[in-house]
Amino acid sequence: MKRDMLIYSAILIIALLLYFAVPKPIAFSPTVSYIVIVLIAVALIYIFIRTIQGKYVGRRIVFLFVGIAVVLPFFMTVTQPIRLSPEVKMVYDAIMKLKPGSKVLASFDYDPPSAPELQPMAETFFRLCIERDLKVIIMGLWPQGPQQAEMALRKTMTFPEAASKNYKYGVDYVNLGFQTGNEFVIQRMGSDFKSMFPNDYYGTPYDSLPLVRNVKNFSNIDYSFNLSAGYPGTVEWVQVAVDRYGLQMGTGNTAVQATSMYPYLRAGQLIGLLGGLNGAAEFEKACNKLGKGTKFMVSQSFSHVIVIAFIIIGNAAFFLGEKKKREKE
Amino acid sequence: MQIFGLWVAAFFTLGIISFLYKDNPWYKVCESIFVGISAGYWFVTLFWDNIYSLFYLGVAERGNYSLYVGAVLGLMMLLRLIPQIGWISRWPLAFVVGATAGLYIINYFASNIMVQVENTLTPLFADAFNQPTFSASVYNSIGNIVVAVGTFTGLVYFFFSKEHKGFMGGMAKIGIWTIMITFGASFGYTVMSRMSLLIGRMDFIFGDWLQLIK
Repeated sequence: MKRDMLIYSAILIIALLLYFAVPKPIAFSPTVSYIVIVLIAVALIYIFIRTIQGKYVGRRIVFLFVGIAVVLPFFMTVTQPIRLSPEVKMVYDAIMKLKPGSKVLASFDYDPPSAPELQPMAETFFRLCIERDLKVIIMGLWPQGPQQAEMALRKTMTFPEAASKNYKYGVDYVNLGFQTGNEFVIQRMGSDFKSMFPNDYYGTPYDSLPLVRNVKNFSNIDYSFNLSAGYPGTVEWVQVAVDRYGLQMGTGNTAVQATSMYPYLRAGQLIGLLGGLNGAAEFEKACNKLGKGTKFMVSQSFSHVIVIAFIIIGNAAFFLGEKKKREKE
Repeated sequence: MQIFGLWVAAFFTLGIISFLYKDNPWYKVCESIFVGISAGYWFVTLFWDNIYSLFYLGVAERGNYSLYVGAVLGLMMLLRLIPQIGWISRWPLAFVVGATAGLYIINYFASNIMVQVENTLTPLFADAFNQPTFSASVYNSIGNIVVAVGTFTGLVYFFFSKEHKGFMGGMAKIGIWTIMITFGASFGYTVMSRMSLLIGRMDFIFGDWLQLIK
């Protein structure tokens, strides 16, 4: 108990020191960045050698290394080359093909826990839509989805090129808000949007919004973009809106469910897929609007290297343990 | 107020992360508050969206009296709280199960079976059936072969009417390899997703809260 209290006090003191005493912001020079990378590599080799010698590390050491791999790249000046995949380019091409004034339906089916992956996609999507003068109709099948959309829009409007467009609520974009009912909402929207969204996010009646006044159902939508973190999400949109009503749809997914979207992509049910943080970074590159997706990818790659290194170390420990067991027998 | 919010968020983030060290009272407090707030948030959201916006305004302002049917079914569902007449709650439950099953059968059969089967039955070396035999690129041809072999051997693995020996055993082995590679890809993506969550929180701690990131 006494030791635990000491550790918590140390965390608090370090946090307070970082908050009040450390000069802000911190940025490593390329030389320091490479020295840090080498030090981490040396530490991993040391752990590997100790493992071969039969001295195993505890799980907290693994957590510590993953934490270091995630945090340190925030301060480094190293960049990572991003390669554009065909599925991401499909989303970009589909949006670029739309004529100015086209109506795009954006469904935000996620909440804050999935924001690190999906929020950069949302921000880039809005930036591209504003640049192309597209009309965006926002909605959500998850209660916090429309709030995430509002946050992404606010962030988008901080960019001078977006702010200069004078994007007006009700005319250029609307937020219809959240509606409960999962795939039944999509089903009803196939015949009548207004029956599911009698009022928008702010309580304005549907017919008072010039942008959606003449939008009856999916036939009035030129393209749809879905940001999904699970159920209800892309699968339900494909099953109901795409396959039944012929909606053209691209999607941005959390990495967890991205693999299950590839069959839909190959079958042409989806026009493009952004998978996880990598997809967000690629989309930023395609749109030439670098943001958090690109920035986070260095941390992502670093942490993957650490995970792979510990998989190798773990396997070494496992096989050595098996060998010792056989020798004893 | 914004700074206070940042400190509160940082307190809870660090509290939840402290579980990595070991289970502790700080983590328990954060977890309990999160569960309570989530339950409260859902209750309030569903009350205003369903009961007020859809039902009350639907009947009072838009004159949609068919909503009473849903309201009555909803009330019947709540009768399970009274043990003597709790059996009535089975009726709305049967309605929900029936309607959902009916919708799901159509949706899954059309999108996940018919379209996917159609898409699997593609020529190996051509882009489409009406194209010349070797019109596909090497990359696409390899992709088509992988899909055909993977699907066929995967199905063989789940075919239990014949013992997995000899030719059948070889096919089943390729099938299990295909399935394992799929699981591996899925696991890789899952690791990427979980790391993204950690990156998001660390960006909050070191960026938004401590303001150490440029």
